Amino acid sequence: MQKEIKDFILMLADNPMILGQRLGEWCGHGPILEQDIALTNIALDIIGEARNYYAYLAEIEGKKEDDYPMLRKERAFRNVLLVETPNGNWGDTMMRQFMFDCWHYFHLEAMTKSNDERLASIAKKSIKEASYHLSFSSEWVIRLGDGTPDSHEKMQDAVEHLLPYFEEFFIAADFEVYSQQEGISPDLHVVKNKAMAKFRNVLDEATLAHPQNVFAKKGGKSGIHTEHLGFIISELQYLQRAYPGVTW
Amino acid sequence: MSTHSLEDRFQSRVDNEEKIEPRDWMPDAYRKTLVRQISQHAHSEIVGMLPEGNWITRAPSLKRKLALLAKIQDEAGHGLYLYSAAETLGVSRDEMLDQLHTGKAKYSSIFNYPTLTWADIGAIGWLVDGAAIMNQVPLCRASYGPYARAMVRVCKEESFHQRQGYDILLTMCQGSEEQKEMVQDAVNRWWWPSLMMFGPNDDASPNSAQSLKWKIKRFSNDELRQKFVDATVPQAEILGIQLPDPLLQYNEARGHYDFGPIDWEEFFQVVAGNGPCNKERLAARVKAHEEGAWVREAATAYAEKQKNKVVSSASVA
Repeated sequence: MQKEIKDFILMLADNPMILGQRLGEWCGHGPILEQDIALTNIALDIIGEARNYYAYLAEIEGKKEDDYPMLRKERAFRNVLLVETPNGNWGDTMMRQFMFDCWHYFHLEAMTKSNDERLASIAKKSIKEASYHLSFSSEWVIRLGDGTPDSHEKMQDAVEHLLPYFEEFFIAADFEVYSQQEGISPDLHVVKNKAMAKFRNVLDEATLAHPQNVFAKKGGKSGIHTEHLGFIISELQYLQRAYPGVTW
Repeated sequence: MSTHSLEDRFQSRVDNEEKIEPRDWMPDAYRKTLVRQISQHAHSEIVGMLPEGNWITRAPSLKRKLALLAKIQDEAGHGLYLYSAAETLGVSRDEMLDQLHTGKAKYSSIFNYPTLTWADIGAIGWLVDGAAIMNQVPLCRASYGPYARAMVRVCKEESFHQRQGYDILLTMCQGSEEQKEMVQDAVNRWWWPSLMMFGPNDDASPNSAQSLKWKIKRFSNDELRQKFVDATVPQAEILGIQLPDPLLQYNEARGHYDFGPIDWEEFFQVVAGNGPCNKERLAARVKAHEEGAWVREAATAYAEKQKNKVVSSASVA
């Protein structure tokens, strides 16, 4: 398998992996018990999805699935910057989730038609969950945006702060250009149009203003991350690094 | 009907193993005991999420991370069923949470101990969930219907958790010396607090007799503790670890394991708030609740707006 395609699969895996790691930080600390459960459910779904991609790569490369999340260094991660951003308050987490879900759902939808049958089958399985995640985060963005003046302000702050990270999903990395030529990854313009339409509709319904003149923050796909990633993987990899080569 | 004869009829229903349901007459003290016990149990599930949550981001493999997340999520779910069961007795979840946050309500003091290594996650599953199951299986037959039914679901999931915990330890015990040491250290720290989970000795547990008569409890604290020790010792042997009690040995005459005296001073200190993590656990719950206030208010305000929209569109039609 070409390096570009492996990088593409790593991106598919690292995005939900790192976001799932962030969501795991909420477990036991949510604002409402039911929502604590729901967010943990999303973490379970997306880490489970990441695991399917890692397992696929592991089969191809003769490695173990845990080698990818647990034993790679910072610069080898291919996830976008958005998923590394700190949880902030519940509104920040919901806005980040909503942006992720907009990309995730429509990207998976396109991936169900990938030439790579294994990836297409993971997409078919994951899209059912992603559809639920997208309605959950959309509802929360609307509820909080159109809730109280205080919650509205917090959500407006969240969208201003996070929107610069949203664009990166739709800026094709070299490995995506290559994978698209092979019919493995989708045309990001099409994904972007659908995702942005959903994004704008929900923002309108949430009575939130669309930030203007946003300058995209990017670099994650090529391994240039935020300062947060080092800390995220320090925790993620702690035991595998401290006790190399043992089974848990 | 006089209170006396109502009480007689209530007791005879209990004696006949009939379930008491929310609308049935029950003595005030029975209701109070249940509210206290069920809400304490619910709080224990919720506070119990914290020590295990401490290891979610550091779980050693994706398989273990997913299992741990799912387990903690189950505990949140148990909290929900139990709060609902307590609500059938006329107390709201908000009131119960308020009692937890102000320190009026207790939760199982085991959760005031820290989780220091990954082996603690295994030890909690094996010992803490194991002790909880011993306590909880008889509660599936508790006289109060909603409690008994909630416990049936709780117990199914708890026994799964216990197997997971044991599997963590078994895997480690088959691994490196360092891993085995980690297991031994965790078991050394969790063994005695797990035995304390059954509560004071029978002669020091004044409410037990009444709870037994009402069939909320089915076995005494000491009976349950003994069952737990008897079940656990052979499991420790399979792991190849030592339980930290030099007096632990099989007594042929009794047909049970004898074990050493429990340090009740430690137990009462931890219950009184002086355990290693009491302040941190409560502070984490209070912080989550306070920081979530704006979210709950916004959700209520939004729901209200939606309701008004429905009403106004209905009146236009």
